[in-house]
This record gives sequence, C-alpha cells and structure tokens, in this order.
Amino acid sequence: MIIAWVVILLTLGSVVFYVLSPWHLTPLASNWGAMDSTIHITALVTGAVFVAVNLFLAWVILRYRHRADRRAHFDPENKRLEGWLTLVTSLGIAALLAPGLWVWGAFVSVPEEAHEVEVVGQQWRWSFRLPGEDGELGRVDTRLIDETNPFGMTEDPAGLDDRLVMEPRLLLPMGQPVKLLLRSKDVLHNFQVANFRAKMDLVPGQVSYFWLTPTEAGEYEVACAELCGIAHFAMRAWVEVVEPEVFEVWLAEQPTQADWLARANPDPTAGQAHYASCAACHGANGEGNANIQAPPLAGMAPWYLSRQLELFRRGARGTHPEDTQGQQMRPFAQQLADGAAIADLAAYIAGFEPVQASPAESGNARRGARLYRTCANCHGEWGQGIPATQGPRLAGLPDWYLIRQLEHFREGIRGRHADDPYGNQMVDMAQMLVNRRAVEDVVAHITTLTATEEE
Amino acid sequence: MVESRGSAVVEEMELVHPKTFLGKYIWSQDAKVIAIQYGLTATAIGLVALVLSILIRLQLGFPGTFSLIDPSSYLQYVTMHGMIMVVYLLTAFLLGAFGNYLIPLMVGARDMAFPFLNMLSYWFYLASVLILVASFFVPGGPSGGGWTLYPPQVISAGTPGAGGGIVLMLVSLVVFIAGFTMGGLNYVVTVLQARTRGMTLMRLPLTVWGIFMATALALLAFPALLVAVLMLLCDLLLGSSFFMPEMLNLGEPSGHEGGSPLLYQHLFWFFGHPEVYIVALPAFGIVSDVLACHARKNIFGYRMMVWALILIGVLSFVVWAHHMFVSGMNPYFGFLFATTTLVIAVPTAIKVYNWVLTLWRGNIRLTVPMLFAIGFLFTFVNGGLSGLFLGNVTVDVPLSDTYFVVGHFHMVMAVAPVLVIFAGLYHWYPKVSGRMFHQGMAKWHFWLTFLGTYLVYFPMHFMGFAGVPRRYYAYGESAFISESVITMNLVITLAALVVASAQLLFLFNMAWSLRHGEKADSNPWGATTLEWQTPHTPPRHGNFGDQLPVVYRWAYDYSVPGAAQDFLPQNLPPEAVSRAEGGEASS
Amino acid sequence: MILSLALVTLLMALFGGWLFRHSWGARPWEAQAAGQSPHRQAPPGATSARVGLGVILAVATSLFALTVSAYLMRLEQGSDWRPLSMPGLLWGNTLLLVAASLALQRAWRAARAEKPAALRTGLAWGGGLSLAFLTGQGLAWWQLTAAGATLQASPAGSFFYLLTLLHGLHLIGGLVAWWRAWRRLGRGGDITAGVELCALYWHYLLVVWGVLFALLLMT
Repeated sequence: MIIAWVVILLTLGSVVFYVLSPWHLTPLASNWGAMDSTIHITALVTGAVFVAVNLFLAWVILRYRHRADRRAHFDPENKRLEGWLTLVTSLGIAALLAPGLWVWGAFVSVPEEAHEVEVVGQQWRWSFRLPGEDGELGRVDTRLIDETNPFGMTEDPAGLDDRLVMEPRLLLPMGQPVKLLLRSKDVLHNFQVANFRAKMDLVPGQVSYFWLTPTEAGEYEVACAELCGIAHFAMRAWVEVVEPEVFEVWLAEQPTQADWLARANPDPTAGQAHYASCAACHGANGEGNANIQAPPLAGMAPWYLSRQLELFRRGARGTHPEDTQGQQMRPFAQQLADGAAIADLAAYIAGFEPVQASPAESGNARRGARLYRTCANCHGEWGQGIPATQGPRLAGLPDWYLIRQLEHFREGIRGRHADDPYGNQMVDMAQMLVNRRAVEDVVAHITTLTATEEE
Repeated sequence: MVESRGSAVVEEMELVHPKTFLGKYIWSQDAKVIAIQYGLTATAIGLVALVLSILIRLQLGFPGTFSLIDPSSYLQYVTMHGMIMVVYLLTAFLLGAFGNYLIPLMVGARDMAFPFLNMLSYWFYLASVLILVASFFVPGGPSGGGWTLYPPQVISAGTPGAGGGIVLMLVSLVVFIAGFTMGGLNYVVTVLQARTRGMTLMRLPLTVWGIFMATALALLAFPALLVAVLMLLCDLLLGSSFFMPEMLNLGEPSGHEGGSPLLYQHLFWFFGHPEVYIVALPAFGIVSDVLACHARKNIFGYRMMVWALILIGVLSFVVWAHHMFVSGMNPYFGFLFATTTLVIAVPTAIKVYNWVLTLWRGNIRLTVPMLFAIGFLFTFVNGGLSGLFLGNVTVDVPLSDTYFVVGHFHMVMAVAPVLVIFAGLYHWYPKVSGRMFHQGMAKWHFWLTFLGTYLVYFPMHFMGFAGVPRRYYAYGESAFISESVITMNLVITLAALVVASAQLLFLFNMAWSLRHGEKADSNPWGATTLEWQTPHTPPRHGNFGDQLPVVYRWAYDYSVPGAAQDFLPQNLPPEAVSRAEGGEASS
Repeated sequence: MILSLALVTLLMALFGGWLFRHSWGARPWEAQAAGQSPHRQAPPGATSARVGLGVILAVATSLFALTVSAYLMRLEQGSDWRPLSMPGLLWGNTLLLVAASLALQRAWRAARAEKPAALRTGLAWGGGLSLAFLTGQGLAWWQLTAAGATLQASPAGSFFYLLTLLHGLHLIGGLVAWWRAWRRLGRGGDITAGVELCALYWHYLLVVWGVLFALLLMT
C-alpha cells in the first residue's frame, strides 16, 4: 500500500530532481555538442520508460493488492503482448544506438587538418609537447627518459624544433581541430577536461589519441580520470583556449628541444657571487638560522631551489599577506636577473654538505610514520626527495620550518597561487593532515629521516 | 496412488551422516550446512566491506576531519570494498549460500552430486577470505590499486600495498577461483543429473535457472581472471613482462619491457562483465520466485524468462570491451561493443516487463519479501536504464570515470542484488530456521535500506553529469566542481550511515528471531516449490525423508482455475487436486 | 581475443542451443496428465562423473583458449617480438604424451573387456609415460634457462613458460586421479569408470598440447 505511493513519489521526485538538480553538464567548450545531444536523447527515452514502468508498477500494486475474496488470474504467457513489447523495446534501443554510433563515427575520424599536441602523463603531473615549424613531432623512447631528458627524445632531427612545455598549462587555439596524442611514462592516466566532453586514457607503451575543436575561449581544468596512485586526485593541469594569434605567441615562447640541449651548464662560481646576499640569513654553508626563521638550504636539489626562487621572483610565492617570512624572502629573489642566474646560484648551493636536523620537540614520530606513508610516494621513503614527482628533499629540514610550511599549505597561505602548480598539489595533499597534532606528528617523523636507508 | 507408480527413489546416493558436533556443523558435507557456512562467512567479510564503505563516505562527507583516512588508506578502502563486495560477498552469497541451499531442495535431490568436493569448495572459500583479510596486516597494508587491479599501477610505486598486499590479494583470488570451480561443478552437475522424476528442465523454478546459468557463466569466465592474476603475479614476482611495458617507477626505470596493459584489461573484463551477470542472474531467478509466490500468480512468460536468461548469458561474453571505451584500445571496437551491449538490453527489458506483468492481475500480498522484491524492481529499472547511457559508446565518453558510473553500478549491481538477497533471506528464513522473523524490524530494515540507498546513489548520477571524477580522495578547490557537490556528499554520507545501521538491525533480527521468533509451519507462504514440501522444517540431511518427491507440474501453479487450493505444490499428483465448487480440475 | 571469444561463445552457444532445444516445444504450465508417470530425468549414458568431466573440460578449454588468445594478442601487437627457438626435446615429449594417451586408451578397453592384466599394464604405462613427459618438460625448461631464454628475457619466453606450466599443472591434476585409480586397483576395486575418465582427460590434454605445441612452433 504505502510502497505503491512511495514508488509514485520516488518516480515523480526523480523526474523533478532531474529538472531542478543544481548539477548539469559543464558549459560546453568544444565541438562535441553532439555528445550532449546523445545524452539528452538517452535521458528522454530512458526517462519515459522509467516513468511508464514504475507508474504501471505502482498502479498494479494498488489495483491488485491482496483481497481474500479475489483470485489471481492464471495467464502463463501472452505471445502477442510479449512480441509487441520486444518489438517496441528493440526499436527504442535502435533509436538510442543509431545516433550514438553516428557521433562515434565522427569521433574516430580525425580531420586531416588537425594539428597535433602530445600530452605526457606521469605520476602525478602533466607536460606537453608541440611540433615546431616542421609540423612533426620527433620520435621518443621511454627508455631514454631521465632528469636531463624528461620527454625521452631520441636523436631524431624532427624533434629538435619540438616545443617542450614542462609546466602543466597548455594553450589551444580556438576553432582549430587538434589531435591530442596521449603518452604515459609510468601508469595509466586519463586526460579529462569536463568541458571538452571527449577524454581518453594514457597507456604506457603505446600512444592513444582523440580529437576536438575548442570552441569557447576560457580556462579549463584538466583532471586525471584514471586511478594512478595516491595523488590521483591532485593530478591537475590547465588548458586555456585562446585566439590563434595568442597561441602562436605563447608557442614561440616555449623552449625547443634544441634550446634544451644547448642550455648552458650552470656555473657554481658565478652562483657563489650571488650567494653573498643569501649568506647573511641562510648561513655561509647554507646551514640556516633558527633565530631569524631562515631554513637551511644545504642538501636541497638545484631543481627545487630554482623553482622556488623563480616562484618568489614571479610573485607566486611570498606575496600572501600572512606569509611574513616569504615576503621577506621575495626582494632577495628579485635581485636575481634571470633564469641563468638562478641556475648558477642553485648549482652553488647544491655543493653544500647536507645538515642533519635535530629531533622535533613535539609530536609523536610513530604516529607520524603512518601518515608519512603517503608523503613518501613523492618525497621518498627516507625524505631524500624524488625529482620525478617534483617532491623536494625533506631530510635535514628543522621542525619549526616544516611545521610552518605545512600549516601554510593547509591554510592555502603557500601554494594556492595559480602559477604554482606543484604548490597547489601540495595544498591538496596537505589536507590529509587534519589538525595541528597531525602536522607535529608527521614532522616528528620527518626530522628522524636521513635521506638514506641506514638507520 | 504414488506407490502404484513404483518407487520414486532415483539413484539413491550414499550420504555421509556424521555423529559428532564437528562433523555435523563444521566438516559437514550437507549442502544446507555448507550453504549456511557460506552465508555466514560472506556476511562477516561483507560487514568488513560495509565498514570500509562507511570510512570512504566519512572522508567524502567530512573531508579533512579524520586523521585515520589519508590518501593511501582511502584508496585501500576503495579497493578492498569493491573487491570484497563483488567477489567475496555477492558471488559467494548468491551462488555459495543460495545455490547450495536451494539447488538440491528445489530439484528434488538428496544433496549435491559431489558432496565432498562441495565441502572442499567452502574451505577454499574460507581460506581465500582469510588470506584477503591477512593483507590488512602486512607491512604497507592491502592493495590500493582499485578493485579492477589494473597494471602497471597496481604493482608499481605510488600505489599503496604494491608489495605484500597485492600478492595476498592475487593469491586469495586464485584460491577463491579454485574453490568456486569445485562448487560450480557441483551446481551444474546437480542440476543436470540429480533432478528428481518429473522435474524437466522447463519445470525448474527460475531460481534454479538463474543460479544454473550464472554458474555456467562463472565457470567459463573465472578462467580469464585466473590467467590474468597468474600473469600479474609473474610480472610482480618473477620479473616477466606480460602486462608491463617499458616504463618508469617514480623516475627510475622499472626494468620491464614490451608488455601490454590493455591485454590485462581485456582479460579482466572478459571475466568482469560476465561477473555482473553472475551476480545478476541468480538475483533475477530468486526475485521471480518471490514475486510469483507472494502475488499468488504464475510467473508471466516463463519460457521467455528462461530464454532471456540463456540469451543474456551468451551475450554477456561479447560485451566486455564496453568497459574500455576510453581505455586507449582501437576506437573502432566501439561500434561493435556498443551494439552488442545495447542488444543485451532487450532480453533484460523483457525480464522487467514480465516481472511487472506477473504482478498485474495478481493478488499481491505485501509481505516483507514482496516489499524487497518491489524495491528491487524499482532499483533495477533505474540502474538498468542508466546502463543505456554507459553502454552507448558516445554517451559513455563524457560520463566514464565519473560518479555517474559509481551511481550506475551501485544501483544495478550492488543495491539491486542485495535487495534480492534480503528478499530471499526473509522468504526462506522460516524454512531454514523453522521460525518467523520479526515483522516490525524487517519492515524498518526494508524502508531504511530502500529509501536510504536511493538517496545515496541517485544524486551520484547527476554529479557524474557535472563531471565529478571518481576515486578522488578530496575535491579541493576544483574549478568545475561546485560547492553544492560537497554539500551533497555530506547528505549522501548521512544517508549511508542510516543504511549501514539498518543492516545491523537486520542482523539483530536474524539472530533474535532464531530464538524468539514465532514457530513457522513447513510452508508459511503457500509456495509450490519442492523445498517447502519437505517432511521436516528445517529439512534434515537428505532433504526428503524416505522417498524423493515426484514432480507433476511446473513451479508456478498458483491460483489455477478450477482447483480449490490457491496453490498446487509441484509434487501434487493431478489426481489429488481437489476441484473448486462448480469448476473443473485443471489438466 | 577473437579466438577465445569464438571458442567461449561457441561453448555457450552449444550449451544455449541445447537448452533451447529442450525448451522450445515445452508447455511448462501443463501438468502431467493424470495417470501418466513422470520418468527420471538424466539420460542413461550420462553419469554424474562423465558430466562432471565434461564441465571440467569446458573450464579448462576456456582457460587455455584465453591464455592462447592473450599470447596471440601480444604477438600481433609487438614489433619487439623475438621468436623462441624450441628445444628439440619437445618433439620427444610429444611422443611420450601420445604414448601415454594410447596406453590409457588400451587400459580403458581392457577394463571394459575385463582383462585385469592388460588393464594393469596399460594403466602403469599411462602413468609412467606421463611422468616421463613431465620430466621431459622440466628438462626443456632447464635447457632454455641454461641457454639464457629465461622467463624475464622475452615475451615469447614468458608465454612459453606460462603455457607449459598451465598444461603441466593440468596433467599433474590428472595424475592425482590416476593415482587414486591405481591404488583402488591395488585393493581390487572396480575402476572402469575411473579409467574411462582418465583416458578421456588424457586425450583432451594431448589435443591441448598439440595445439599449444603447433602454436609455439609456428610463432
């Protein structure tokens, strides 16, 4: 009895919810409006069936509920009725399938004029490669990938003018079809931009692809949609759809493979001169100074130092009003003229002997060790840092510095700037530290780490 | 009259009748005891999975609140929850518990064809469960690679449990499959060989048909999982490269070369899709019998129901790649698999129509099993229809790997079969225990479960439309995920908590009624099938006393015109049918 | 994948077709006519053991078909495929397995003809030759490993070990049944049914080995 009314209410309620729900398809930004149409067709047809079957069910329950004076009919089968139902269902299914296959036909045929962009996924970040003047991407080989050759470029001359985009931000020209070639360095990933509708997995060992034509200018977030490990949820990037002229300018700014090969080796001696102004706070040997809250620099890898100095210089770090120490640091970073100066300085600092942190004053290192399981994926089991994940070394950093930075990440004081993708990632990850105690615990564990396996 | 046709005893089997308590209840070869062992073990491990799902929901509903749930453990909970629910609870419960209890009784046999193998099957299952549970206690914890266990990720760095946890999971699966094959062999042979006199294939209750077809599917599909698991183990332990291409492990070369991750996905889904039907077909069967019995009406279109089962079974082997539309496989496969997938919707729809038409012009008693069966119908219609989105390749692309998928498969593969399991448990509880369950508690259990799960899963489809990706530990400040999604997650979590506590009420009811329930007579629902016609309730070892029943009619002689009784048991000879006043006995 | 798809679909279709045939003309809602006695269901030749063996063979077929199609898929896909040179020993092993199968066939015939001596010899030879086959397979593994074609070395090698391992494990499973029959024979029991199952199972494994071996040779 009640059940029949509940079925009716749920059925109608579901329809109302469909209409009033605050969650709809994201605003479309590509040519795949046809996908939206197939969704709407499917929703209409299935919605009609949903309402019809369930209302009939409810009516049947109301009409034929048990009465002692009544007997059920005995009808084993009804060929006509069953035949009609089968026929109508088959027609309905065909009506759903036909447009689906039609659109899929378009999806699998990439237009001739589409330009190519390679999307490279790895745990847990994105990078991109675009062909240069020759319109052709150079051949790559996963076995050649290392820190100096992050794309695994071979000696293929076609690759010399390839534009390498290391930061997870891609620009696409509006109105031009693009074929996205998807490649993974390690595990499965999926390049999903909800507004584009189209998506595809990245599979190591092969190149998969799909195509689209961006139609709406704007910034769209890329989310990884295939489980790829602990930081899956924090593997984001941005795609910006811009006018073709803007795209050309941006593309020309990106370094080519030839630039990458020809980059000057950093010069530690030149860096030594720059270090003079750092030494006052960070110490002559980069040992840091707790009294003025200057962290040690010794032991930090050049790629990390360069990135942070670049962020300070650009104002992506050290500009938040609550980041007092960062604000102090920023003018010093601005004294460095260009990327070469930063690289030289970083190379000089890399020569310092790492320091050992003294054990933390607060926190429970045993509880911290359990939390650190997750951190270890990017920062290394012994806090040694992993360049591939852009996770810096933690061993040797003092407790007061770690606690402050983790609190800043947690509160979005550090890392929330749009130009700081890995900072954003750390903000997401730091959410696992739910309170001050958790922060102190994990820091207590980190200060026991020595960057190597031995105890 | 029965005697005049000679002894009904067909090929009497030798039964092992143990005397000791251990022999009777632990090392038992009686299919009914084995069924209960399966049921209890599956319930126990299912409770673990339920707790895990609550932990998952707590994280999503209250992000940044629980220190216990970090990204590593979140993925471990997701993985273990999925694997346990699909394989160790649903498969084991529907085939191991219902199959063992009902097949011999319903076909009119003393026991399974190979009772010793049957016992072994349970002990393998128990061992596999224990091995799986052990993975919680190894360093690094259980695997966190998602229940699909996709390589390379599941056995490479960056995934929790990529060392010990995954080995135990894989070993546990091998043991499970070995055990299941023994059980499955029994179910198939028993249905084919041990049917009593008169029990033609077309007189079998649909429950038996469902379990039988599901077992046939499972026997052919589990080898795919077995091969995949063995190859994965080789890749992990022996350094071979079946599935592992040349790749990096967090920047370091992994040393593998030339494997294909897609090969694994093909093998996995070759098992994985039939697995959906391995769970669904027994549920289809059970719900058919519950609907017919409590509506006092024959199942509508019995032959069509059987053919639909067979057709679904056959077709389920040619649809697997619809799980892989965006996997990077050759996109031209999309045409083929979208078509086969939508074709399978036709026999499924026919089943739904026939269920509703069974109720139509019936005399519907809204008992607790009936409520659950109606709940199943509603949920299954919903989940089946959302499948039409995901099966149609183009529509799938924007929705795959979003919460739409989560909503869909939970509706169709979790809530729907579980509602049937409850319908079945309440329906057969008086037979199994000899007592009635507590009506009030059972009704509360129904309403909380039915409405709660709808509140949990229905909105998820819409989150999927909005592009919210699944398997995310937290949503952070994402550009395309609105604040209202976070709020809805909170509501869903609260609903999930209610649903979970309703299951405790159910367990309490089951246990309490065992002692305090009203005594049930041998056929309280007035059902026609053979398990209700046993001389003892609960049935003893050997099921049918001295003589096996002889079957004269199908399982759906409810409200037969002309007969005085409202139902005619399958073993009621035509001569024994008393005529209604003024009517003629049915032939 | 097409191959296993075809095979499993064929198995399912055969099974489905058989079920359809049984159900096509049935009018299930009609009760047994009064006075007519329902008969027993299983056809006379089909014993539980035989049907059980059939089911086991269907499962094994699915397993081997899937492994073989995985092999073929991997073969099609890779440009880096280096064929494995098969040890000549495998030819000898094949002969051993043929002989084992024949011996069991003779044993089965002897059992039906109630010739205990011939039964005993056939059974003994069947088991012995199978053990020899397994030893031979082990030697072939050892030869390959010694020649550097280890499990890790190449995909072709990995599949060779996997396929032979699966086949060998099935044979070991068969030997367990053989051992039970042998012991029962020693106690003077009737083992006609057991020998029959063994013989059928061995023929099946021989066919599987033939297919696998041909496949390995061709690729």
